[in-house]
Amino acid sequence: MEGELRASQPRCSGLPAGGADGESPGDSAPVSCSSGSSTLLQAEVLDLDEDEDDLEVFSKDASLMDMNSFSPMMPTSPLSMINQIKFEDEPDLKDLFITVDEPESHVTTIETFITYRIITKTSRSEFDSSEFEVRRRYQDFLWLKGRLEEAHPTLIIPPLPEKFIVKGMVERFNDDFIETRRKALHKFLNRIADHPTLTFNEDFKVFLTAQAWELSSHKKQGPGLFSRMGQTVRAVASSMRGVKNRPEEFMDMNNFIETFSQKINLIDKISQRIHKEERDYFEEMKEFGPIHILWSASEEDLVDSLKGVASCIDKCCKATERRMFGLSETLLPVVHEYVLYSEMLMGVMKRRDQIQADLDSKVEALTYKKADTDLLTEEIGKLEDKVECANNALKADWERWKQNMQNDIKSAFTDMAEENISYYEQCLATWESFLTSQTDFHLEENSEDNA
Amino acid sequence: MDQAPSEAERQLQPASEEPLGRPDTELEAAVIEEAEGDLEEGSEDRTMTDNNFWLKKIEISVSEAEKRTGRNAMNMQETYTAYLIETRSVEHIDGQSVLTDSLWRRYSEFELLRNYLLVFYPHIVVPPLPEKRAEFVWHKLSADNMDPDFVERRRIGLENFLLRVASHPILCRDKIFYLFLTQEANWKETVNETGFQLKADSRLKALNATFRVKNPDKRFTELKHYSDELQSVISHLLRVRARVADRLYGVYKVHGNYGRVFSEWSAIEKEMGDGLQSAGHHMDVYASSIDDILEDEEHYADQLKEYLFYAEALRAVCRKHELMQYDLEMAAQDLASKKQQCEELATGTVRTFSLKGMTTKLFGQETPEQREARIKMLEEQISEGEQQLKSKNLEGREFIKNAWADIERFKEQKNHDLKEALISYAVMQISMCKKLLIFLDPDFVHSTL
Repeated sequence: MEGELRASQPRCSGLPAGGADGESPGDSAPVSCSSGSSTLLQAEVLDLDEDEDDLEVFSKDASLMDMNSFSPMMPTSPLSMINQIKFEDEPDLKDLFITVDEPESHVTTIETFITYRIITKTSRSEFDSSEFEVRRRYQDFLWLKGRLEEAHPTLIIPPLPEKFIVKGMVERFNDDFIETRRKALHKFLNRIADHPTLTFNEDFKVFLTAQAWELSSHKKQGPGLFSRMGQTVRAVASSMRGVKNRPEEFMDMNNFIETFSQKINLIDKISQRIHKEERDYFEEMKEFGPIHILWSASEEDLVDSLKGVASCIDKCCKATERRMFGLSETLLPVVHEYVLYSEMLMGVMKRRDQIQADLDSKVEALTYKKADTDLLTEEIGKLEDKVECANNALKADWERWKQNMQNDIKSAFTDMAEENISYYEQCLATWESFLTSQTDFHLEENSEDNA
Repeated sequence: MDQAPSEAERQLQPASEEPLGRPDTELEAAVIEEAEGDLEEGSEDRTMTDNNFWLKKIEISVSEAEKRTGRNAMNMQETYTAYLIETRSVEHIDGQSVLTDSLWRRYSEFELLRNYLLVFYPHIVVPPLPEKRAEFVWHKLSADNMDPDFVERRRIGLENFLLRVASHPILCRDKIFYLFLTQEANWKETVNETGFQLKADSRLKALNATFRVKNPDKRFTELKHYSDELQSVISHLLRVRARVADRLYGVYKVHGNYGRVFSEWSAIEKEMGDGLQSAGHHMDVYASSIDDILEDEEHYADQLKEYLFYAEALRAVCRKHELMQYDLEMAAQDLASKKQQCEELATGTVRTFSLKGMTTKLFGQETPEQREARIKMLEEQISEGEQQLKSKNLEGREFIKNAWADIERFKEQKNHDLKEALISYAVMQISMCKKLLIFLDPDFVHSTL
């Protein structure tokens, strides 16, 4: 998974292998090609795939992947893949499988909360076992996310589902809400597992494997709350400075992010609205069929036709229900995840800007202060490294993220189109069989008359 | 029960109707004669012997609608729509049709025609007119009578009405109907001269009869129930259909919003740009496809609406029967009481309370001559009453027979039409699904070939 990264790399380029905590600020040692053990494991089995993987991750040539035509009729995403996460890597290369399920309610004297069961299956040697089962609550996920952001400030960390939905949902423990959250948490962990760097994060491993008390004690070890708060404050304060000297490619990136964020939010709204309209339509349709049955009670000669029509309408109704469900399984969660991603991206840009701002402020200080020149120069050297690492990390992750985004969005809309196709096919079949039965009957009647 | 003399007097009036059969026969006979007379003056090959002669030889169409302004009865300016009615006769030599008449009529004239038919053919289920005001509207449809879509649908409805009348074996022979199609000027005066408005049964009378009639023919009672059910179920169906149409419209139209967003998004994408553009275009076409679909459905709704209004026509026939039956019952009752009076006078026994009996007690017996005179008068009244009862009975039975014949005809027409309508609904759904599948999935085209 680390393709290009062998020992003889320049200090930081592309995605660092995340055996330890990926990048630590000020670490000038060459990043080791760690997780070598896992690569070896794979290499034994799938030697050739390493190179392909290389291509996939780092040289995303659009033509290879046939990205140019976004036609809803792409054959690559049949309905059967709806509930699978779409990984960029070949499924064969995965060595970490995570599922999130079984939400359970816990009541204590202080509070009520939900925990989710997390099952991990892995063949990696750094894990003590090949299977783990733990229970985690939303707070734990928040903690993990915070740790990952700290460790990799300019990597694009997958988004978490919101704390609670402001509009309309008062009850935190509403079934739909819990299910939606569960699916999103499942996705969150799997995205981390797929990320070439994040997957080797130590906190991630602890999250997946530690028992409750172990996790608590581990949590206390990390950088305190105050330092994180301090970071945020500094970030806000200095982000403006960072923006001034932002390299052009990051300006482009920022523009993209702003437009993307706008558009994806609109798409989210539109998709939710469609779901609502389909639901309303379904509710009205439910009433439509039975009226025909009622009518058939007073019409002797039209009983067949009326009952036939009623039955067709009911079948189409069920098909509508399936379509609605499909929409909420495929399109809505994907679009919503990218809404959250767009917020995440803005945060990443800010953090990158802040790192740059640190450097810029020191440089500024150097030009004004004569004293401590050596110290400053040394610090500046370190910061320059840091900035370069951060930028490179972001650039590489950005490319990866963009590819995923395009895949995911395309798949989501392809799935939606397939749902629609399936819906119309079902309705067509229903009505055609009704028509056949009516016209056959007609012919029978006519032949009886003629006979 | 005290029979007021005035009622007897009314019944003494010579019956203006023929003893045999329908009260309207006289008029109808007149219609036939006059029509024949006109025809002899001669146009083409219209014969009166063939029941559906109109439909076979004549084509009627309501081909245009036009907005007009004019002054109404109160001399106020008003805007209305006029419809062009064209009648063509089909030459059976070469099958070509020649325009024989064309004139403009407005909706109120159609109403006049129909009201006339209702009065003079009470035993016929008279075809209904398209609705006066737009009902069962949903969000997009306008309730405005001047709205072009509404006018168009009304045009079709009016044409349908004329065709129904023209294809009815009895109604098609009516002179006023013929004049409606051929004589633009003074038609209104001609209709009014028939005096149909005066002949019309008052609503109050009809209501009274409905409540008080004792022995209506069971079939009519059932028919009334049926027509109530029909009206109720079709109304309900049309209401729900309108709501469904509204929702469906919403689903499609919201998809249209994707179009703009995709196209704006495509501006920032390099690899995905074209794809997004085409997806956006896709969405726009999808969103606009609903307009045609729902327009077709409106025509289906109109077909159902016709039968919704037919329910009222059925009820009208039932009401007429009830009125006639009530009339008959009242006449019979009156006759019975007169007979009893006569008997009492003849035998001298007073079994019932009567004013005469009272006054006799108070003011003394009447003379034998007076009594004789009274008996004689009663006997005359009784004999006339018996005749009238007989003729009313006959009328009533004729009415029932003829009405029921038309009702059977109507039932067959209804079963046929409604079945066709349901099938056409299925055909609409199928065509919609196919259209959309071709649009969404190019492979579909191959699979259907």
